[in-house]
Amino acid sequence: MNMPGFLSQLVAIVVALLLAPILTGWVNQCRAWMQNKSAPGLFQPFRLLHKLFNKESVVAEYASPLFRAAPYIVFGCMLLACAIIPALSTNLPLSPVADAIALVGLFALARVFISLAAMDVGTAFGSLGARREMLIGFLAEPALLMVFFSASLISNSTSLTTIVETLAHQELAIYPSLAFAFVAFTMVLLAENARVPVDNPATHLELTMIHEALILEYSGRHLALIEWASSLKLFAYYCVGLALFFPWGIAEAQAPMALLFALPALIFKLAIGGVLLAFLETISAKMRIFRVPEFLGTAFLLAVIGMLIHILLKA
Amino acid sequence: MNEFFDLIAWGHLEWVLIAISVWLLIGMAGMFALRRFTLVARVLFPIGGMTGIILFGAALSSLFSDVASSIVLPVGLPQLPFHFRLDSLSSYFLMIIGAVSAGVSAFAAGYFRKGEGTPPGLLCLEYHLFLASMALVVLADDAYAFMVMWETMALSSFFLVTANHRIPEVRRAGYLYLLVAHIGAIGILLCFGVLQANTGDYTFANMRAQHLTPVWASVGFVLALFGFGAKAGILPLHIWLPEAHPAAPSPVSALMSGLMLKTAIYGVLRVSYDLLHTQIWWWGVLLLALGLTTAIFGVVFSAVQVDMKRLLAYSSIENIGLLFAGTGLSVLFSAYGMKPMAALALTATLYHVASHAFFKSLLFICTGAVLHATSERSLGKLGGLIRYMPWVAWVTLIGVLASAGLPPLGGFISEWLLLQSFLFTPGLPNSFLNMLIPVVAALIALVAALAGYTMVKFFGVIFLGQPREAKLSQAHDAGMWERIGMGWLVLGCITLGLFPVQFIQLIDPVTQRLIGAGLGQQVADGSWLLVPVAIERASYGPVIFLLGVSASFALAYLLVRWFYHGRIRHAVPWDCGFPCQNARMQDTAEGFGQPIREIFAPFFHMEKELPGPFDNKPRYRVTVSDHFWYWLYLPIAAIVERIARLIGLLQQGRISIYLLYSFLTLIAVLVVVTLR
Repeated sequence: MNMPGFLSQLVAIVVALLLAPILTGWVNQCRAWMQNKSAPGLFQPFRLLHKLFNKESVVAEYASPLFRAAPYIVFGCMLLACAIIPALSTNLPLSPVADAIALVGLFALARVFISLAAMDVGTAFGSLGARREMLIGFLAEPALLMVFFSASLISNSTSLTTIVETLAHQELAIYPSLAFAFVAFTMVLLAENARVPVDNPATHLELTMIHEALILEYSGRHLALIEWASSLKLFAYYCVGLALFFPWGIAEAQAPMALLFALPALIFKLAIGGVLLAFLETISAKMRIFRVPEFLGTAFLLAVIGMLIHILLKA
Repeated sequence: MNEFFDLIAWGHLEWVLIAISVWLLIGMAGMFALRRFTLVARVLFPIGGMTGIILFGAALSSLFSDVASSIVLPVGLPQLPFHFRLDSLSSYFLMIIGAVSAGVSAFAAGYFRKGEGTPPGLLCLEYHLFLASMALVVLADDAYAFMVMWETMALSSFFLVTANHRIPEVRRAGYLYLLVAHIGAIGILLCFGVLQANTGDYTFANMRAQHLTPVWASVGFVLALFGFGAKAGILPLHIWLPEAHPAAPSPVSALMSGLMLKTAIYGVLRVSYDLLHTQIWWWGVLLLALGLTTAIFGVVFSAVQVDMKRLLAYSSIENIGLLFAGTGLSVLFSAYGMKPMAALALTATLYHVASHAFFKSLLFICTGAVLHATSERSLGKLGGLIRYMPWVAWVTLIGVLASAGLPPLGGFISEWLLLQSFLFTPGLPNSFLNMLIPVVAALIALVAALAGYTMVKFFGVIFLGQPREAKLSQAHDAGMWERIGMGWLVLGCITLGLFPVQFIQLIDPVTQRLIGAGLGQQVADGSWLLVPVAIERASYGPVIFLLGVSASFALAYLLVRWFYHGRIRHAVPWDCGFPCQNARMQDTAEGFGQPIREIFAPFFHMEKELPGPFDNKPRYRVTVSDHFWYWLYLPIAAIVERIARLIGLLQQGRISIYLLYSFLTLIAVLVVVTLR
C-alpha cells in the first residue's frame, strides 16, 4: 500500500465520520427554515451523540447477544461503505475490496442485522418495523442495483473508482440513461434513508413509523451508534449519487494534492444536495405504507428503462 | 495431497469406487442390525460420514490431477456391463457429494431416534444406498448404468421420504414424488435414445462421437431438460418438492435438497456440454426463461409459507431456478462462441451448486434440530429459541446469511459472479437478446432481494422474539453429533465465502473441459481479491471485507468503552409504553407474508374467509396454494380418472365376457394374418 493511498483512505474515513452527522444536521436545519421553524444548530447531531453515549443503555431483560451486537455491526458496515465510495479521491486502497454490487450487499447486510435485532425483543412494534424495513429493502435493493448497472454499462465496469474516472472524463453531455437512473436513485435514497414521503424521521406515530419502530428498544450508546450509522448511510448515499451523477472535482489517483481541493468541492455539493433533500421533504406528504410498493416499483422500472435506453441508444 | 495419492498404486477412480462400496457395505450392515439402534446410530452413520470425507479427498485430488479415467465393471446384464468414468465434471460433483454428506451423516448419527416409523437398520440401508446411487449417477458413463443408478436414487429416496409412513400425508407426498420422478425418468430415457442416433450403442463415448443434426440435437436437449427438470423442480414440475421435503426426516431433506437436486444440474450440464457438441442459442434462452420463472415463483411462494420446511423447499426451487438461469446464460454465450464469458457464467453456476449444497443442507438439519427440540414445524408456534438453543441459532444465522446472498458468505459470490456475467451480455451479436437481458438481470436482483426478506422471516420468527408457546422453554440445544455435523457444514459455508480465489481453481478444470476456457489463470493473479476479468472492471475481496467490518466493529466497541462507559441496565421492553404485551402480539409468519401476498397477488391461488360484522367468534382465514394444481395437475388427474373409468367398462368381472374378449382377439389376429 503506497503512502498517498493510505493517507487518502484515512482522510476519507475521518471525513465521513465527521461530515455525516453535520450533513444530517444541515438537512434538519434547512428543513426547519423552509417550514418556518427555528432551526437547531448545525452540530446538534454531535450534541445528541455525546448525550446518548453518556447515558447508560437500557436493554430488554430477555434480549439476546444479537441485540447488543447489531448496532456495532451496522456501524461497521456503514463505515466500510463510506470507506470504499470515492467521495474525495479515487485513490482508495480499500475500494477494490467491494464494487458496486458488493456495496449493495453491504447495505443489505446492515439492513438484515438491524431487522433481526428489532425482532429479537419480540415486541409488536419491533417486528412490525422489521417487516416494513425488509419490505422497503427488497423493493429498493434491485432498483439501486439497476442504477449501478446503468452506470456500469457506460463505463464497462462495476468498480466504483473506474465508474467515477470514466464519467468524470466525459464531456459535459447528459446521458439519457443516467437521467432516468438519477430519478430512480433519488427515489431509492428517500426510501432507504427513511425520508418523507416513505417514512418520517421526526415521528413516533405508532402506525406509520418504519425506521423509528426498528430502533424503538435501543437507548444509550447503542442508539448513538445506530444514529451515527444512519447519518453515515445518508452520507454514503449522497456520495454515491455525487460519484455517479456529478463526479467533477473528485481527486484522481495521480494527483494527491487535489485532495485539498476535493474537500471544499464535496462540502459544496453536499450543501446543495442537503437543501434539495430538505426541499423535497417539505413539499411532499408522507404516503401510506401500501403506496410504498408502487413508489419503489416506479423507481425500479425507471432504472430498468434507463438501462434499456442505454442499450438502445448506446448512450 | 497429490503425492500422497500417487504413493498408493490406486488411482482416483478406484478410491472413489472403494468409498462407494463402503457405503453399500454399511447399508448391508444396517440390514443385519435391523433394530440395534445404538450400533446403527453411533457406529454405522459416523463411519458413513468418514467415508464421505474419503470420497471428498479422492475427488479433490482427482480435480487437481485432471485426468479422466474410466473402468468397465462386469455387473448387470451379460453383454451389457456398467461403464464408469471419472472426469473433472464428475469429480466436482463427487467432491460436493462427499463433503456435504459427511456433515449430514454426522448429524444423522445424533438425529434418528428410536421408535420412528421405519426401523433404524432399514433407514441406514436406504440412506447409504441413496448416497451411493447419487455418487454412481455422477460416475456413470453409459445410459444403462445411468438409468439404473438414477432409478435407485429415486427409489431409495422415496423410501426415505416415507420413513414415517404411518402418517397419510407422508404417504401421499411420497407417492407424488415417485410419480414425478418417473415421468422425468421417461424424458431422460428418451433423451438417451435420441443421443445414440440409431447406433444401438448406449455408451456415453458413442454419444460423444455422434454428430446430430440441429433438429435432433434440440429434441435431445428438450427431452433432457424435461427429464432433469422434473428432478430439479423446474416449473411446472416443481409440485413434489414442497410436499416431499417436509415429509422426509430432516437429514434426508438435507440430502435431497442439497445434493439430489444437483444431480439434475449435473445431468443438464453433461448432456448440453459433453454429450452434445454444439449449443444453439435458443436453448440458452429457454433455460434462462424457465430458470427465472422458477426462481421468482419459488422465492415468492417461500416468502408466504408458514411451515419452516416448506419454506426451505420453496427456497430450493428458487435456487434451482437461479442455477438453470446461470446455465442458460453460459449456453447462450457459448452458442455465440464467447468462451470466456461462457466460462464466467458456468463458474458462477458451479459455485452456486457448491454454496447452495452447503447452506441448504445446513438449514435443513437446523430445522431438524428445532423439530426435535420442540416437535413443532409450524412457524406460528415457535419463537425465541435463541435463548434455549443458542448453538443451533448461531449456526442457523450463518446459513441464513449465506442463503440471503449476503457478503461475505458463499451465496453472495455466486450471485456476484452471475451479475457480472450479465453485464457482459451487450457483447452478444443478437440485438433482440441484448434488449431482453437487462430485464433478466433486474429480475435476478429482485429474486436475491426477496430471498433476504424470506430468510429474515425464517430466522426471526423461529429464533428471535418471545416464545409463542409455553412448552418452548423446555427446548434443548443440539447434541454432540448434531453439532459436529452442523459445524462441518458451517465451515464449508464460511470457506466458500472467504476463499473464492482458491475455490475457483477447483472449478477451472471443469470449465476448461466443458467450454475450453476458465477463470483459474485470471483469478490466481489477485491473491486476496477476486478479479474475474480485470481489476478495473470488477473486484471483490471477502477476507478484507470481513476484516474491514470487524475492525470497525472492534474500534467502535473499544472507543465507546474508552471514552464513555459500558454500563447497562436490564428492564422490561419499552415498546412505546404499551402495557400488557404478550407473545401473541408479535408479528407472525402470516404477517410477514402479507405484503408479499398483496404485491404478488396474481401468483397465488388464495381462498379468503372473512368474518362478518355480527360474528360472535370472528375468524379470519386465508389459504394460499399453487395455481398449477388447478391449472395443470387437477385437470390431468381428472382426465386420467375419466379414461380409467372408460377402460373400467371392459372389466365386467364375468368369465363369459372375458371369454368373449379372447374370442374376439383371436378372430382379429386371424384376420390380420390372412390379410397379410
